[in-house]
Amino acid sequence: MVALVIAEHDNASLKASTLHTVTAAAQAGGDVHVLVAGSNAGAAATAAAAIAGVSKVIHADAAHFADGLAENVAEQVLAIAAAYSHILAPATAYGKNILPRVAAKLDVAQISEITKVDAPDTFERPIYAGNAIATVQSSDKIKVITVRSTGFDAAAATGGSATVESASAVADSGKSSFVSREVAKSDRPELTAAKIIVSGGRGMGSGEAFKILEPLADKLNAAMGASRAAVDAGFVPNDWQVGQTGKIVAPTLYIAVGISGAIQHLAGMKDSKTIVAINKDPEAPIFSVADYGIVGDLFDVVPQLVAELG
Amino acid sequence: MKVLVPVKRVVDYNVKVRVKSDNTGVDIANVKMSMNPFDEIAVEEATRLKEAGKVTEVVAISAGVTQCQETLRTAMAIGADRGILVETAVELEPLAVAKLLKAIADKEQPQLIILGKQAIDDDSNQTGQMLAALLGWPQATFASKVTLEDGKVTVTREVDGGLETLSLTLPAIVTTDLRLNEPRYVTLPNIMKAKKKTLDVTKPEDLGVDVTPRLKTVKVTEPAKRSAGIIVPDVATLVAKLRTEAKVI
Repeated sequence: MVALVIAEHDNASLKASTLHTVTAAAQAGGDVHVLVAGSNAGAAATAAAAIAGVSKVIHADAAHFADGLAENVAEQVLAIAAAYSHILAPATAYGKNILPRVAAKLDVAQISEITKVDAPDTFERPIYAGNAIATVQSSDKIKVITVRSTGFDAAAATGGSATVESASAVADSGKSSFVSREVAKSDRPELTAAKIIVSGGRGMGSGEAFKILEPLADKLNAAMGASRAAVDAGFVPNDWQVGQTGKIVAPTLYIAVGISGAIQHLAGMKDSKTIVAINKDPEAPIFSVADYGIVGDLFDVVPQLVAELG
Repeated sequence: MKVLVPVKRVVDYNVKVRVKSDNTGVDIANVKMSMNPFDEIAVEEATRLKEAGKVTEVVAISAGVTQCQETLRTAMAIGADRGILVETAVELEPLAVAKLLKAIADKEQPQLIILGKQAIDDDSNQTGQMLAALLGWPQATFASKVTLEDGKVTVTREVDGGLETLSLTLPAIVTTDLRLNEPRYVTLPNIMKAKKKTLDVTKPEDLGVDVTPRLKTVKVTEPAKRSAGIIVPDVATLVAKLRTEAKVI
């Protein structure tokens, strides 16, 4: 049994989600290979070879892999798929986009967002916004799986010494092309990788009000997130959204400010180690999952908290 | 130009489902069912494209039990011109749905298929991408903006860290994210009109598709419960607890 992990990367470096996926792959399939399909992605391939537990890196390089177009990356995966018992990708925007194409072409079911490996053919995955956990068993010859990062520890980024093998790149599909990217520049940690997250909800009242959270996030070196209500209201960008259909996070500390706690939001953060809720409504559902709650006006409480942290 | 919009009947967004006591699944008897919210966005987008004169016909498709006809009527009340139900009692996996949709696309020859990015019941996020692969079409998932022009569709996608814009040659697949549009409220006159629209019913066998499930659900269980914590009286207590009890700062 050999498992193949589709690396998520920006050509220069690997995304942390790749490390979590390697851990799941090792539990499911034993030997782990990593595919790096990119453009001038030598550095990413070298980084993949250094991951503990990886025995081989397959590096396919071509200009049409530069932007991770699903059509091209999926074809590259299919070109080498037959050798594997498991094919895994992170359950991020990147992996979710590519992997179902691979599963469909292999005529196998995909198992999405696994949080646990019970056996090489049996996996646990949340359904209904995490209100139920399904244990599913696959009899397909190749198991195609996306991995929820919060369910698996990150593999060590160093200590491995895998061989790097070049693979010839598949042809450009020619049917899709990359136009542009608007990436929010931020000095803060990435939401899905942050140890501490400060998140705001509808209770913030405006985009301007989110500024009150910045000193708190600065003090804690935290990432900033939001509920869907805050994103829909246009207070903050969409990629801040934590929840069932946004990002799934499990930091050490999650501070929910002015978030009532709809089930769809809880689905995205309830696996955090410690949850703090600040809300003026003592009946808010967020308090039912919070370890520590403060009932009060966030515009009073947040500055006090910043001051108290010194 | 024709657009297909697949719609799924799911447990309503506001219902908190319960796991059955025998752990075979979730209890959906006597629970309110609705159109998957992302599919509603897809129907709305297709309808707007038609209203803007870029599209001539919008066809809604559903697959599943007889009651999916209600979901199709809702799609037609929003603006779909007609509906097709692939009726089956089999619990359909995304791969089976993608195969059914491919069979219909082969007949209908649309230039664009708009789907919801995921269904809020099984949270799979697979069908659109699978359909694109089976048809050999390009895809733009998680769309927040769709612009149709000569033989091409330009789509802005919600990705980790921001937005990305792709250009696809038609025919193509688009899957919707939350910010693509805000679906209209269906009005009573439109609900009445929808009742008169054509709704064809077919079966997987008629389409030559085997929908037998590939995955076996071993069990369905409640997630680990988080016990509610405590309400602290002030910020000083909170910081002290975080430092000494939780040891997270």
